[in-house]
Amino acid sequence: MSILVNKDSKIIVQGITGSEGSFHAAQCLEYGGNVVGGVTPGKGGQTALEGAVPVFNSCQEARKKVGANVSLIFVPPPFAADAIMEAAAAGIELIVCITEGIPVAQMVEVKAFVETTGSRFIGPNCPGILTPDEAKVGIMPGFIAKKGTVGLISKSGTLTYEAAHQLGEEGLGQSTCIGIGGDPIIGTTMLDLLKMFEADPETEAIVMIGEIGGSMEIEAAQYAKDNVSKPVIGFIAGQTAPPGRRMGHAGAIVSGADESAAAKKKLMAACGIIVVESPADIGRTVKEALNK
Amino acid sequence: MKIHEYQAKELLKGYGIPIQDGVTIEDAAQAEAAVDQVNAELGAEQYVIKAQIHAGGRGKGGGVKFSTSREKALENIQNILGMTLITHQTGAEGRLVKKVMVAEALDIKQEFYAAITLDRAKGMDTFMVSSEGGMEIEEVAKTSPEKIVKEAIVPGFGLRSFQARNLALALGLEGAAAKQAVGMFQKLYKLYRELDCSIVEINPLIVTEQGDLVALDAKINFDDNALYLHKDVAEMRDLDEEDPSEVEAGKFDLNYIKLDGSVGCMVNGAGLAMATMDIIKQVGGSPANFLDVGGGANVETVKNGFRIILSDPNVKAVLINIFGGIVRCDRIANGIIEAVKVLDLNVPVVVRLAGTNAEIAKELLANSDVDLISADSFEDAAIKVVEAAAGN
Repeated sequence: MSILVNKDSKIIVQGITGSEGSFHAAQCLEYGGNVVGGVTPGKGGQTALEGAVPVFNSCQEARKKVGANVSLIFVPPPFAADAIMEAAAAGIELIVCITEGIPVAQMVEVKAFVETTGSRFIGPNCPGILTPDEAKVGIMPGFIAKKGTVGLISKSGTLTYEAAHQLGEEGLGQSTCIGIGGDPIIGTTMLDLLKMFEADPETEAIVMIGEIGGSMEIEAAQYAKDNVSKPVIGFIAGQTAPPGRRMGHAGAIVSGADESAAAKKKLMAACGIIVVESPADIGRTVKEALNK
Repeated sequence: MKIHEYQAKELLKGYGIPIQDGVTIEDAAQAEAAVDQVNAELGAEQYVIKAQIHAGGRGKGGGVKFSTSREKALENIQNILGMTLITHQTGAEGRLVKKVMVAEALDIKQEFYAAITLDRAKGMDTFMVSSEGGMEIEEVAKTSPEKIVKEAIVPGFGLRSFQARNLALALGLEGAAAKQAVGMFQKLYKLYRELDCSIVEINPLIVTEQGDLVALDAKINFDDNALYLHKDVAEMRDLDEEDPSEVEAGKFDLNYIKLDGSVGCMVNGAGLAMATMDIIKQVGGSPANFLDVGGGANVETVKNGFRIILSDPNVKAVLINIFGGIVRCDRIANGIIEAVKVLDLNVPVVVRLAGTNAEIAKELLANSDVDLISADSFEDAAIKVVEAAAGN
């Protein structure tokens, strides 16, 4: 098992006729994922990926005609909020938005809208999801991950690759890797995924890679304290970040004392999370935790 | 993006919110005309001279002076304009004051705090007020959190009248002042939402001796992602208030933040960039910057990244840490070789490449005639660069 996506997921790509969308849709298909079509308003009836998949005018149409249940979004920022809501309204079960730079106020409304539907939403501004050997819904390079038993949750893209690489060096693989994004408003939090990994029989340990800013790592840690039986290994990037400065990700900014790396690590450790001090020790620490 | 107090007040005024008004000047030669204008147009006989910089704590640092007469005002303008103002937010080097606001002095009866910002955990905007005006809100939150009253704004519904009334009541306002507050709070939220602000803060919000509610100070920050929707707001950006190397980096879509250490860093991805700074610190060094070259790193980005890192004279060594995903390491390696050749490097460079085509990249670097220190792992790279910086 895995969480969120597997080989049966029926994936559509919104923005499949754009350069980013077509490139990554092809990569997802090549990885072996079940990409069943794309959506670009006004281009319905065409095909994409060298004729491999149909293009639809709307998510509703894609849902009806090919039974899409997962959507991957590469629509540019001015149109991305609408694209997410369209997917949710069409009943797409899982929506993953890669787009970077969506205005925060729009995301506040999108999140509230999606919550009125039954959809789960990941991102925006994230690398997406990878279930090794089954499906890739996003932009993570396939080779970084191997099938295994570690659930990986991260706010950052390349730090996810780094963590997967370190796990690989210890001979460990992943059940599913999820990049949730580093924006101030995101669809799915660390806590949501922690619950799913706890419930997934294939997952034996969970890695949470957080950052300065916000309080989602703490929320997850407090839940884990009494409700998660599997070892949880945590890292927080940004201990050297100065307060009040946005470190790349829009959400990676220390705006209160509790949002610093030191404060988060302290609270996480108090909740029983195995906190990794050095980013080079993620793989080793997971291995040790699994051997206990 | 940040703006100055005087710009924030112009925006408030445009939304019909009463402000402490004044005239802002950049040149001491305009001082007399400015004071006379405030006297003539606003009827002021006493003034407040306020330094305009993008940092809080201006009053404590000596950048805000109450002036009881025209002469005093002129004297204070001369003193503040051109001074280097040091506050808890500017760092030890302080900030050169290039603009001052000559504001009308008002008789203050009560001081409050009002602000709107995003509550990330709730996923909603929050309007908060406190009776402890003029104080740092972080301090109030720590010592007397019960004095901060909040209303969460349900997405799409705006600040409802009953919520604005609750906030006014929480401040103990009654009668005409309460009515004024309700109108003001709703206008403030309208401004916040329509202009895609990330924070609007009025501290202090005062009640004058005459019973009027007025914004005595104003701080507004904007969501950078939304600036494309607000060209007029984007034009308010003051590049003088930003680090020149950060402005330069922005032109090349590089995300650079200058710090005060000696190890320059070039990394792809914000999370890995932060983690790289962290590990440098852990092995005994100190990062000179945050630099995320992004997902599409190529020869040009590497070259520009180098130039910006090396424009900082404190940099004694550079660490390049790239985890190739979509980005191919061999391309990065070629970029490094080319950049080193044209840039005439005088500091050691440690390179760690992992991921897509990392092996080919290592060969390219090994076979080139440029002088680089190669590292295998994340930790190895950090140790080598910190040693190199110490020895340089």
